[in-house]
Amino acid sequence: MADTLLDIRGLKTWFKTDDGMVRAVDGVDLHIDRGETVGVVGESGCGKTVTARSVLKLIDMPPGRFEGGQILWQGRDLIPLDQDEMNKIRAREIAIVFQEPMTSLNPVYTVGDQIAEVIALHQKLNRKQAMDGAAEMLRLVNIPNAQRRVHDYPHQFSGGMRQRVMIAMALSCQPKLLIADEPTTALDVTIQAQILELMQEMKERFGMAIMLITHAMGVVAETCQRVTVMYAGKVVEEAPVEALFGNPRHPYTQGLIRSIPRVDRAAEKKQRLEAIPGTVPSLLEPPPGCRFADRCKYVTDICVRGMPPLKEVGPGHYVRCVL
Amino acid sequence: MSRQYIIRRVLIALPSLLGISIVLFTVLAMAPGDPFGELATNPNIPPEVRLALRAKFGLDDPILSRYLHWLFAMLQGDWGFSFVSRMNVDTLILQRLPTTLIVIGSSQLLAILVALPVGVLAATRPYSLFDQIANTLAFIGFSLPTFFTGLLLILVFSVQLDWLPFVYRADISATGWQFYWEHIKQSIMPVTVLGLFQGASLVRYVRSSVLDVIRLDYVTTARSKGIGERKVITKHVVRNALIPVVTLVALQMPIVFGGAIVTEQIFRVPGIGSLLISAMLANDTPVVMAVTFVFAALVVLCNLIADILYGWLDPRIAFR
Amino acid sequence: MAGLTPASLSAEAPVAASPPVETRQKARFSPWQEAWRRFRRHKLAVASGIVLLLIVAAILIGPLLWRLPINEIDFGSKLEGPTWAHPLGTDDLGQDVLARLLYGGRISLAVGLAAMLVAITVGVLVGALAGMSSGYVDAILMWLADLFLSLPQLPLLLLLIYLFRDALKTAFGPEGGVFALIVVVIGGLRWMPAARLVRAQFLSLREKEFVEAARALGASKPRQVIRHILPNALGPVIVAGTIDVAAAIIAESTLSFLGLGFPPDIPTWGRVLFDAKDYLDIAPHWALFPGAAIFFTVLSINFIGDGLRDALDPRRVI
Repeated sequence: MADTLLDIRGLKTWFKTDDGMVRAVDGVDLHIDRGETVGVVGESGCGKTVTARSVLKLIDMPPGRFEGGQILWQGRDLIPLDQDEMNKIRAREIAIVFQEPMTSLNPVYTVGDQIAEVIALHQKLNRKQAMDGAAEMLRLVNIPNAQRRVHDYPHQFSGGMRQRVMIAMALSCQPKLLIADEPTTALDVTIQAQILELMQEMKERFGMAIMLITHAMGVVAETCQRVTVMYAGKVVEEAPVEALFGNPRHPYTQGLIRSIPRVDRAAEKKQRLEAIPGTVPSLLEPPPGCRFADRCKYVTDICVRGMPPLKEVGPGHYVRCVL
Repeated sequence: MSRQYIIRRVLIALPSLLGISIVLFTVLAMAPGDPFGELATNPNIPPEVRLALRAKFGLDDPILSRYLHWLFAMLQGDWGFSFVSRMNVDTLILQRLPTTLIVIGSSQLLAILVALPVGVLAATRPYSLFDQIANTLAFIGFSLPTFFTGLLLILVFSVQLDWLPFVYRADISATGWQFYWEHIKQSIMPVTVLGLFQGASLVRYVRSSVLDVIRLDYVTTARSKGIGERKVITKHVVRNALIPVVTLVALQMPIVFGGAIVTEQIFRVPGIGSLLISAMLANDTPVVMAVTFVFAALVVLCNLIADILYGWLDPRIAFR
Repeated sequence: MAGLTPASLSAEAPVAASPPVETRQKARFSPWQEAWRRFRRHKLAVASGIVLLLIVAAILIGPLLWRLPINEIDFGSKLEGPTWAHPLGTDDLGQDVLARLLYGGRISLAVGLAAMLVAITVGVLVGALAGMSSGYVDAILMWLADLFLSLPQLPLLLLLIYLFRDALKTAFGPEGGVFALIVVVIGGLRWMPAARLVRAQFLSLREKEFVEAARALGASKPRQVIRHILPNALGPVIVAGTIDVAAAIIAESTLSFLGLGFPPDIPTWGRVLFDAKDYLDIAPHWALFPGAAIFFTVLSINFIGDGLRDALDPRRVI
C-alpha cells in the first residue's frame, strides 16, 4: 500500500435541497495506486462526478456537505483542509479535466494566458517564461502552430482542440493524479479516440495515475487496469479489468456489459439489444437494502432487508451482492 | 480589437443620429400653432427681420426641403439664435454643456465605484445579511425620485447643518485651492443625488450578472487550478460579469440625462438641463430644439462608447 | 454520438433512461398556484402588497371620509405643521395637505395605470407582429425599437408637452388634455421592453414542437398565437408592466415637479413638491409628505415587481 496515492474511505457527499437530502455519494470506497488507470463507471446520476469533484473539494458547500468518510491523499485526509491548503494540491498534485470543453475555458482570456496562469502559480516563473511553458504544453498535446495559437482565444478552437487545451492545462504542473471526468463524452467519435490516445501518451510520459470517469464500457476495456462500478451512490463492484469483463459478479455489471451493442453477435444470433428494466431509485430516501434490488433478476428477501457488504470474491475483486 | 470593428460601430451610429433628427423634426413640424410664435409677439423684432427669419427657416416651404435645410444648418453649426438670451444658440449650449458633462461624468464614476464592489460582494455571499441589506438599500435608492432625494439633501445639509451651499455659482471669486474646493463643495450634492440613484440600479445588475457568471463551468476550472477564491472572482468572474453590465449602463443613459435635468433644476446648476427648462418656460423654441438634439446625440455617443467597450471586454464580439 | 459497432470505443452503458434524482410528485399544483407559492416566500413583496393596497384604499375611499376641500384657502392657518385639524399640515395658502395628497394620488395612480396599459398594449402588438413575420417587417420594427430606446425620455417628454399642450387643452379641457398627452407619451416611450419580450417568446416557441403540432392539426395562425404562444410570454410581460407603472408615476411626478405637468391647480404629488420646494426651511413637512407618498408607492410597486419576477420567472441561485 506504500504506493497508494488516493484512498477514498466511506465518502458521503450529500446535498440539501428543497425536497430533502440528496445522498449523491453514500459511502464510497475507492483507491488509486501510483501510475495506474482506474475506471469509474456507472450511468448518469450514480455519483461518479460528485466523487471526482469531492476529491478536489470543488463542490459548492452550501447545498453540498461531507457527511462522513475520508479522502486520503498520500495518507493525508483532504476533507478537513482549508481552501489555502487545497490550493497547493490542486493542479500541482491532482488535476482535473472536465466533460464540457466548450464551456470550461474562460472566453475572455487567451489560451496561453490560462495555461500560463497555472504554471506561474505553482512554479515561480515570470510572465514570459510561463507563456513559453504554455506554448510548450500546447505543442505536447499536438496542437499545430503552438507558438502562434498560444495567443488565440478559446472560441477560435474546435471542441476537440479545446479539450486538448484543457489536458495541456491540467498537466502543466505534472500532477501525480489526473481525474478525467467523461473527457470525451461531448466530442465526436473520431475525436474521442484521439483524446484517449493523447491521455495515454501523457500518462506514459509523466508516469501519472488516471481516474477515468465514463459511462462507456468500451473505453474502460481499452485503457484501464482496474474498474470500479458505481450505482445509486454506492460502489457495487470493483475488479481488475480482465476479471470484470471476464467474470462480472454483480447483476448490474453483467447488465452493463451485456447491453453493449455487438454487431457480430447480433449478426449471428439475431439477439435483441438487452436493457436493464426499471429506473434508478431516488437518492432522497434510498431503500434500506440493496439499491439495485428492484431491477435485479436474482433478487431475494435478504437483498431487500439490508445493504449487502462489499465482499472479496477474487484477487482484488470485490462485489456488493449476496450471490 | 480591430479598427474595423470600431469603424463599423461608428457607421451604425450615424443612421441612429439621422433617425433621431428626423423624429425631432417631425415632432416640431407636427406641432400645432406657430412654434416660432414668440418671435411674432416679441415687439423688439421688426417685421422685416421676422419675414427674413421665416424665409431663412423656410417655414412656408414643403416639409422635406425644410428638413434638409434644417439638417444642413445644424451640421454646419448654425443652430439659430435665442432671442431670450440674445446670443447664438450654439454659443449658449457650448457655454453650459461642460458643466452638465462634468456632473454626469462624476456621478457615473461615483455610481460605478460604489456599485461594483457592493454588487460583487453581495453576489459572493448570496442571501447573507449583507446581501439582503444591500438589496433593500438598492431598491430604496432607485425608488426615491431624484427630486425628492435632492430636496432631502438640501434640507439636511444646507438648511439644518449649513455645511454645503445649495445654489450653484459659476462665478466664484477665489483662486487656487479655494476655487476648486468651492466648486467641489457645491457639486457634492448634485453628483451624490445622481450617482446614488444610478448606483442603486447598478448594484442589482452587477449582482445579477456576477451570480450568472459564478455558476459557469470555467469558474470551476479556475478553482481547480488552485487559484485562490479572491483571485477567481476578481480575475475570472468580474471581467465576464461586466460585459452585460456595460450594455445596461449604456441603455440607462437616457434616464440619467433625465435625472440630470431635474438635479440641475433643484440645485440651479447652469448646465443644459436647466437651460432646457428655462427655454421651455420662456417659449424659446430654437434653444429647446437644439438642446433636445444635443441630448439625443449624447445618448447615441454613449451607446457607441458602450459598443466599443463591449468589444474590448469580450474578444468574441470583435471577431465577427 | 454512440457508435453501434463493437470496435467503437463509445459503446454505451444500458438504455435505462431515467432522471438521476426523482422528485416527489408535485402534479397537484397548477403553474399559477406554484407562482403564488413562490411569491408568498418573498416577504418584502408581500409586505409591499399590503402597503400598496392600503395606499390605493386610502386614495379611493379617503376623500369620501376626509371631507376637507382641497382648495379651501385659509391664510389664518398657513404653513402649519401636522395638527389634529390638519394631520399633514397646511401649505402656503392654508390648504389642507392631506386632502390635496389624497386627491392628487388618484391622478398619479391613474396616470401610472393608464400609461402602463398603453405601453403594454403597443408593446405586445408590436412584439407579436415582429415575432410572427420574419424578414424585413421584423427588422424594421426592431430598428424602430432601438431608435426609441435611444431617445432621451425626459427631454422628449418635455418637448412634446411643450409643443402640444395648448392644442390638447383646447380640445379636451385642461386636465383631460394633459392627462391624455402624458399618458400617451409616457406609455409610447416604454413599449420597447414588452415588445422585445413578446418577440423573443415568439421566436423561441415558433419552432417548438407543440406549436408545430397545433399547426399540423390545422390551427389557424391567430389561434396558434393566442392559445399557445402568448400565455408563455405573460409572465415576463406582467413583470415589465409592474415596472412600467412605477416608472410612469415617477415620470408624471417629475414633470409636475418641473412645473410642466398638470395645470397648477391640480395637486398631483409632484406639483405639491414643486410648490413646497421653496419653503423647505420654514415648512419642511409640506415637501416631506408628498415625497414620502411617491417614495412608498413606487417602492412597494418595485418590490411587488421583484416578487412577481421570482414567482413567474424564477432563476434558482442555490
